[in-house]
Amino acid sequence: MKKTMLDMRVIRNKRLNPDHFLLELASPKPVSGIRPGQFAEVLVENSPTTFLRRPFSIHFVNEEEKSVELYIKRAGEGTRTLGYLEEGDFVNVILPLGNGFALPSSGKVLLIGGGCGVAPLLYLAKEAHSNHIDCDILIGGKDKDQISESERYSRYGRLHVMTEDGSCGEIGLVTQHPVVQRINDFSAIYCCGPEPMMKAVANMTRNSGVPVYVSLENTMACGIGACLCCVVNTNKGNVCVCTDGPVFKSDVLSNW
Amino acid sequence: MANLKVNIGNLEFKNPVLTASGTFGFGLEFDDFIDVSALGGIIVKGTTALPREGNPYPRMAETSSGMINAVGLQNKGVEHFIDIIYPLIKGYNTHVIVNVNGSTIEDYIAVTEKLVALEKIPAIELNISCPNVKEGGMAFGTSCASSSAVTAAIRKVWPRTLIVKLSPNVTSIAEIAKSVEAEGADAVSLVNTFLSMAINAETRRPVLSTITGGLSGPCIKPIALRMVWQVAQAVKIPVIGLGGIMDATDAIEFLLAGATAVQVGTANFIDPTTAVRIVEGIEEYLMRHNMEDVGQVIGGLGK
Repeated sequence: MKKTMLDMRVIRNKRLNPDHFLLELASPKPVSGIRPGQFAEVLVENSPTTFLRRPFSIHFVNEEEKSVELYIKRAGEGTRTLGYLEEGDFVNVILPLGNGFALPSSGKVLLIGGGCGVAPLLYLAKEAHSNHIDCDILIGGKDKDQISESERYSRYGRLHVMTEDGSCGEIGLVTQHPVVQRINDFSAIYCCGPEPMMKAVANMTRNSGVPVYVSLENTMACGIGACLCCVVNTNKGNVCVCTDGPVFKSDVLSNW
Repeated sequence: MANLKVNIGNLEFKNPVLTASGTFGFGLEFDDFIDVSALGGIIVKGTTALPREGNPYPRMAETSSGMINAVGLQNKGVEHFIDIIYPLIKGYNTHVIVNVNGSTIEDYIAVTEKLVALEKIPAIELNISCPNVKEGGMAFGTSCASSSAVTAAIRKVWPRTLIVKLSPNVTSIAEIAKSVEAEGADAVSLVNTFLSMAINAETRRPVLSTITGGLSGPCIKPIALRMVWQVAQAVKIPVIGLGGIMDATDAIEFLLAGATAVQVGTANFIDPTTAVRIVEGIEEYLMRHNMEDVGQVIGGLGK
């Protein structure tokens, strides 16, 4: 799908837990052709301190209903303002941006999401399921409040849950989960979450030959490769997270 | 329909709206959103003789009504521009202008001499005002002597329209403008970003890897407007105004202050259609005020 700027109507703004909410936006145009892992830049109105758009992973695409879902963490003034949007409000959105995840043609994949990093994985799981790729999904958070929508992930693969305090699923960090010890069973690993978590996963798989794809989140202005603000250092030098990413194979990233 | 054409040096622009260097990529990034050829011109990303990696991340801090950047002229060098980018953008039906940078006068000359061969580059913008590089850049633009020296050197090797982009981080921008005018600049563009800084109180550290960066966006508009007004009165060559222009009304204000054309910068990051909407908005303004020519607005500030 070509990059487009749209006025989208809020059809759902649902509080999932104290930190996160789900914003579902109806598009005036078809939204087919959005790849899992791509993102949207949302203009925040009515927030004087929020000047730039805010980038969010696309959480899910409902092609028939022509809507997209964003899974948003309340992080600052901009995201708090978006949290107050009501059904029927309009928001200006640019999408789809970035490269997105590429799935293998067959085999098994493992999806690992930590905290807000689960955002792009639901649609990836659906895509894997549609392509008959066997999928293990591991999601983790600090506590049960950070684990939402378990039933949706379960539709597309085997769901494993882990929390740091054990209040939901197993206790510990996602990197300690048994499914991560079986890395050689997988054709590829897809990971999104806090950088230390993604780095740990990348390290554990370093000698296995199993590719790890991580989705990065850097401070961005334009989202379309014009401002050169969101760069990450790779084996090709500094590249834009917004256009060369946000998904990178972990072994191209410097100091990972 | 009103006439939107303006002249800078020997060059005629179909309308007075250009895009500012470093905010519009090479135009290609905006093809999905607008017809780039509808603009008066585009000024592509700052180009140096050799590739530059730019500064480390983090390079940007958001502020109320603006942003601070410290990109540091990341670019793949003039040869990459000539071999790879130029063939992709020379077909735009608008003026493609290259923003030329260097650490030494020899660097500026090296870039310019290579660009002379490109017939679809009718003008260059000499950037003596980048605040984010250790050597060159703003260092040239903050004294009349060095501004004159680099302008004179480039004037000798660049036969077409020469625009010099000025830094606002000076005591008297009008004096700098006069000094580059005296060395043969065809126009001046102003302002580049304001030297500024952001601190994270929680971590007690600077936000940017370079500590300081350049402030842009609507927060600088009133100062930019004042500087454009001052410079327009001090020089005879055309002034291109920029600094926080977000819509057609902002652009009209710069024209009234004496700018012959404007550049749209940071606004491109918020809404990639801004520059095209400003062209339409200027036309609408002229109609509403029963004016037939944008020239009636330029320098038309009443007292």
